[in-house]
Amino acid sequence: MTKEEIIKPENLIYKKPRLLNDTPMHYCPGCSHGLVHKLIAEVIEEMDMEDKTVAISPVGCAVFAYNYIDVDWVEAAHGRAPAVATAIKRLWPDRLVFTYQGDGDLACIGTAESIHALNRGEHITIIFINNAIYGMTGGQMAPTTLMGMKTATCPYGREADLHGYPLKFTEMAATLDGTSYVTRQAVHTVTAIRKTKKAIRKAFENSMNGQGASLVEIVSTCNAGWKLSPEKANQWMEEHMFKFYPIGDLKDTIMTDKAH
Amino acid sequence: MADKEVVLMKGNEAIAHAAIRCGCDGYFGYPITPQSEILETLAAEKPWETTGMVVLQAESEVASINMVYGAGAAGKRSMTSSSSPGVALMQEGIAYMAGAEIPGLIVNVQRGGPGLGTIQPSQSDYFQATRGGGNGDYNVIVLAPASVQEMADFVNDAFELSFKYRNPVIILSDGIIGQMMEKLILPPFKPRRTEEEIRREYPWATTGKSKDRQPNILTSLDLDCMSMEQKNIHLQNKYNIIKQKEVRFESILCEDAEYLIVAFGSAARIGQKVIEMCRQDGLRVGLLRPITLWPFPSGEIARLSRQVKGILSFEINAGQMVEDILLATNGRTPVAHYGRMGGVVPAPEEVLQALKEKLIK
Repeated sequence: MTKEEIIKPENLIYKKPRLLNDTPMHYCPGCSHGLVHKLIAEVIEEMDMEDKTVAISPVGCAVFAYNYIDVDWVEAAHGRAPAVATAIKRLWPDRLVFTYQGDGDLACIGTAESIHALNRGEHITIIFINNAIYGMTGGQMAPTTLMGMKTATCPYGREADLHGYPLKFTEMAATLDGTSYVTRQAVHTVTAIRKTKKAIRKAFENSMNGQGASLVEIVSTCNAGWKLSPEKANQWMEEHMFKFYPIGDLKDTIMTDKAH
Repeated sequence: MADKEVVLMKGNEAIAHAAIRCGCDGYFGYPITPQSEILETLAAEKPWETTGMVVLQAESEVASINMVYGAGAAGKRSMTSSSSPGVALMQEGIAYMAGAEIPGLIVNVQRGGPGLGTIQPSQSDYFQATRGGGNGDYNVIVLAPASVQEMADFVNDAFELSFKYRNPVIILSDGIIGQMMEKLILPPFKPRRTEEEIRREYPWATTGKSKDRQPNILTSLDLDCMSMEQKNIHLQNKYNIIKQKEVRFESILCEDAEYLIVAFGSAARIGQKVIEMCRQDGLRVGLLRPITLWPFPSGEIARLSRQVKGILSFEINAGQMVEDILLATNGRTPVAHYGRMGGVVPAPEEVLQALKEKLIK
């Protein structure tokens, strides 16, 4: 096949989503954020919601998410994105409103806002990037840092006596009556990427159908913070992160209702 | 006729009714004495069934102010209310609103501090309100009501100012005005803004990117120090315009005054009684009541400082506004302060005595 044939529209099998800007990303090579951004852009585009989407960015590595996805964005104070999203969704009920938050933002400083927005059953989606470390500030301990894992603020490894235990936020969220869809995914393989995209789509559809709060955790790599090559980081994630944070749906009330 | 109805109610209740009537889109708050009647009245009135106004009891004051941040970002008129320790918790969100230029109303029905303090009235959050209680160089427009009528009237004024300048506005009240009952005329009903109006009047709002415009991004962040400085210069220019255009005050018997009392909010009500007593004694004392605490009526106080023999700053605190008076008078006339703390409200006689001891002698 010649180049001219390849670029014919009927032969096009993959392209950058229209809603993903051309702005070069500040994320480290190998980081999961870029992939998740792409999936979100694809889903908004496929749902034809770009003129009805208001997204909330966190404080952390994804603070600049607003530079990459071509929709309206509000940048929230650290941890407060679910409160910001709550008001926007309640005042613009026909908008697609989602937050994009890391583990520190969502499960540490913003625990109260996250839990209560989910428990109130706000018709929003929380995209939760869990890489078990504070990336933006240079690799400090996160609420989700695994036992024994070394970071800049637990340089000898996380110990229960000194630092307490890693928080299974998504398991907590699944117990809340306000959540309809709680899932944990990853983006380390093509299959995983496809599943994550489906999860995001389902969560966004739930939000638009008034079916309460959805939480999509994406277990992610921070190869810079973990001090591993991108490939090794993926292996380490499979070997260690997935044991403590197993992949799969934790709650899906919409599906359960249908089954009954 | 219903619009002109004279009613008797608490200051806190007046705020709630005024919010519903002036087209407020959303209220987000957390209970705290002495202002819980605002949320309670809204919950009882059920405005979501009439005007469509959203009323939500949030999980904290921190969440409340960030809901106001989100609502304002999306072009909606929204508000929260709290009392001193709760407003302390909101300072981060207010600084973010100032930085991202997001409008919204914060009502502070003050109580004595510091810390958990007391539930009795105080004016000790003057600095917190007028200096910007959070981080960075910013100012919040501060309105100080001195009656239940003004509690109602200032809600709409606050929203107008807030959206005109894309800046947070504080109504700085206290436990006296919040809890006392007075007659008032409620403001007329005004519809909430439509989607079309919001899109037209607030093109910066994050309402969803229509196909004909670039995305709206509301943030207070800029890692490039040169452009962050430009952002700050823009804010300072805006504050200077507000200082030139939005100063409000009330003068009572200042024309022939030999001495001046400066007092705001509930203290001004006590001050009014004090000047009556002075006039009966043959003392020519006037009252200047700042209505905007920021921007402060420095020009008017400077003018009066050339006329009077002394100024008493009467505040229900340890002496905060007196610093603004000292700046405005610049040593031209003696300035003294009188106040009580910890929730104690002074009687007019005490203030009169202080005026005589400190200035008239």
